[in-house]
Amino acid sequence: MDDYVIEMLGITKVFPGIVANDGIDLRLRRGEVHALLGENGAGKSTLMSVLFGLYQPEAGIIKKNGKVVQIKNPNDATALNIGMVHQHFKLVDVFTVLDNIILGVEPVRNGFLYKKEARRKVLELSEKYGLRVDPDAKIEDISVGMQQRVEILKMLYRENEILIFDEPTAVLTPQEIKELMATMRSFTAEGKSILFITHKLAEIMEVADRCTVLRKGKHVGTVNVKETTKEELSRMMVGREVSFTVEKGRFRPGGVELDVRHLTVPSKLHKNNAVKDVSFQVRAGEIVCIAGIDGNGQTELTHALTGLDSQSQGTITLGGVDISKARIRERSRLGMSHIPEDRHKHGLVLSFTLMENLVLQRYWEPQFQNNGFINKNAVRAYSDKLIRQYDIRSGQGSDTIARSMSGGNQQKAIVAREIDKNPRLLVAIQPTRGLDVGAIEYIHKQLVAQRDAGRAVLLVSFELDEVMSLADRILVMYNGEIVGEFDPRKVTVEELGLYMAGAKRMDIRNIGKENKA
Amino acid sequence: MKKSVLKSEGAISFMSSLISIFCGLLVGYILLWVFNPKYANYGLGCLVTAGFSSPAKLAKVLYQAAPLILTGLSVGFAFKTGLFNIGASGQYTVGAFCALICGIVFKLPWWVCLLAAMAGGAVWGFFPGFFKAMFNVNEVITSIMFNWIGMFAVNVVFANIPSALDNFYGASNADRTAGLDAANPGAIIPRAGLDRLFGSTYMNISIFLAAVIAVIIYIVIKKTVFGYELRACGSNRDASLYAGINAKRSIILSMAIAGALSGIGGAIYYLAGTGKYTLEKSLLAMGFNGIPVALLASSNPIGTIFSALFISYIQVGGDAMQPEFAVETIDIILAVIIYMSAFSLLMKSVVSKLIGGRFRRKTRGAVLDKEQEGEAQ
Repeated sequence: MDDYVIEMLGITKVFPGIVANDGIDLRLRRGEVHALLGENGAGKSTLMSVLFGLYQPEAGIIKKNGKVVQIKNPNDATALNIGMVHQHFKLVDVFTVLDNIILGVEPVRNGFLYKKEARRKVLELSEKYGLRVDPDAKIEDISVGMQQRVEILKMLYRENEILIFDEPTAVLTPQEIKELMATMRSFTAEGKSILFITHKLAEIMEVADRCTVLRKGKHVGTVNVKETTKEELSRMMVGREVSFTVEKGRFRPGGVELDVRHLTVPSKLHKNNAVKDVSFQVRAGEIVCIAGIDGNGQTELTHALTGLDSQSQGTITLGGVDISKARIRERSRLGMSHIPEDRHKHGLVLSFTLMENLVLQRYWEPQFQNNGFINKNAVRAYSDKLIRQYDIRSGQGSDTIARSMSGGNQQKAIVAREIDKNPRLLVAIQPTRGLDVGAIEYIHKQLVAQRDAGRAVLLVSFELDEVMSLADRILVMYNGEIVGEFDPRKVTVEELGLYMAGAKRMDIRNIGKENKA
Repeated sequence: MKKSVLKSEGAISFMSSLISIFCGLLVGYILLWVFNPKYANYGLGCLVTAGFSSPAKLAKVLYQAAPLILTGLSVGFAFKTGLFNIGASGQYTVGAFCALICGIVFKLPWWVCLLAAMAGGAVWGFFPGFFKAMFNVNEVITSIMFNWIGMFAVNVVFANIPSALDNFYGASNADRTAGLDAANPGAIIPRAGLDRLFGSTYMNISIFLAAVIAVIIYIVIKKTVFGYELRACGSNRDASLYAGINAKRSIILSMAIAGALSGIGGAIYYLAGTGKYTLEKSLLAMGFNGIPVALLASSNPIGTIFSALFISYIQVGGDAMQPEFAVETIDIILAVIIYMSAFSLLMKSVVSKLIGGRFRRKTRGAVLDKEQEGEAQ
């Protein structure tokens, strides 16, 4: 019964100031899908990096098939048939699919590349597992789903037996997730073993056999998935009860706050427009969610709305004022708040202190300056207030350097800053990306509180669970267009998935009508 | 509690600087042995003590440090906005030119010459900033080109104004500018009796001017809204855009101010009345020496005062090593010492590790983040 292919016993890895892994045991059975669950910073990545030879643990041993092995670097891991699909794919964009798959294990004859045999093998694998790829397409031209299949084929080509998937579903549509799950099942049926790192409890319940939960570097427990529940798993992960349903007040939409008409935004990546003739409205006291797969024009749309980029056509009206050409600060003054997609790129100046970051959008206001000099006392008082009010945790309070804060608290700081401006409209793009369950719960509550307080909220999200639980109205974006509008109570996730993948679309003209009805 | 921690950090900074300087001197000493074993000890002695050996030598240290502080501030100020101002040499030259034209040809008083130099340097810094902001042309390329343009333009103009040259006042040289003693003593920076105190005409109030400017720059960067914008723009341009900061304006202003600082540097060097601008075909090293000055000080304006003094000190020491050592050899040794001294950031983590894990996290943050040092001091 207990046929373990990999055993990691008593793994301890210490970084300066933090014990990332504290005597963790992980036993992977042959032919199982073993989920690894934990919040950010719980030590999942460290543990996998130890298994993959990127880190050397201070204590603990790794056994393969019962024999102790030394994994000093990724080459050792590859030699032991351990393969990994990273969250951010490690592919060469300008190479073809085939070249990417053979990269590092290139077949050579007389010193020259000999790809014929490799191509045959790749096509064979592709057929066998139903992993459709075009071996001659360049990575930059194919979809994210296909890129992931390339990564999986890379592992299969190397005849790996132990497959690590690091948050593989984050970038996929519901249909693609289904396919991936089926693929994972077919691997285990052949005796391959899978380690599946994820935040998403539903996926664990669906595909995993067993689940190991980590919390703050410690091993909380390993459970049989059949004998547990989502609630139980999340309690193990967070250490307390977590509510999955978001309590929302009654839906009482007010007047139109944001009115977007015929918005067209050119793409920076290619010659086509990234956003094509998009029109929609957001009313006060309403959360409108833009659902869709990453890369369908959401980023460009929000950049045009918030003023980071300019549109080529169309108008944007905020609270009755035309802001189509307004500068970013003007938009901010008129009541737009923006929780940006990339908190490190746009949201924070990482080398600044927390208090300097908390006034990033309003340092110029009279209350924070005296004749051009920053009023440090006022800034500190304001910052201390936000830290208390929004429960932003950090080592040295207002003086903490933003870089040293955890992702969740960095995001809390941004949310606090943007909400405290008392905006008419809050634009939030992927506000919970990469956060743990506790922080996600917090941010969801804040967004709903804004709606209940009568503010307009535009939420762009790639997570359907988030969309379904928060939205009052859902717009689906595909290929730069809005292809459907839905009431979350009257639509299924599967139906949304078809629209997100471009398989179905509504008549654009009907979209406005549905709104009125 | 907080205060004592900051103090410790400052202590670590200071110690690591001292250790790196010591390492630099050690390597310099080894080189002295390699080049001329007989005089190695003598050379090291000169290097370490010459600057303090007499009031006149100390005056020389201060005299050279003043323009170094300003070019160091110039480079450091641009660093704060995320720009590499390698054009300090050209801005310095144009500043010197404006000051000398105003002094020699138009017979204006010294402080007007300084203002003119400031304006000239600012214009020379403005161009690279403008091209960077508007057309995203790399400021390194533009400012290097402006170094050469500035130097040759200045030479051409000087060569064509006979009244600016030394031979106009009876000297035999036509390849350098007129002495201020003869042309317009009012353009010489006041010595305020310091020359008699030190027994050297090198000594004037310029070192104090430079120090005051350093303090002003420190206040601008740390305490003003404008400085906040510059730092935001320098640390994360995307975030500053998101915050509605006009990044283009910040870039242009930052380069213009950097240029103005170098320009003043050029003016105070040549308005001391001891040196004459020579029409040569090579860029002035004073501008480039601003780079190590700024790096040694981690772009901190107050630190710049001390790093400029240090570099000036070992330069005076180097001069005293002649003729036992060749000028080129001395240059190599000085370069090695400066190079090693710039390892102070690296040394910082070593020092903090030695002291113990207590400060480790904080100090690592400080190494990552130059801003921190300002806070610590």
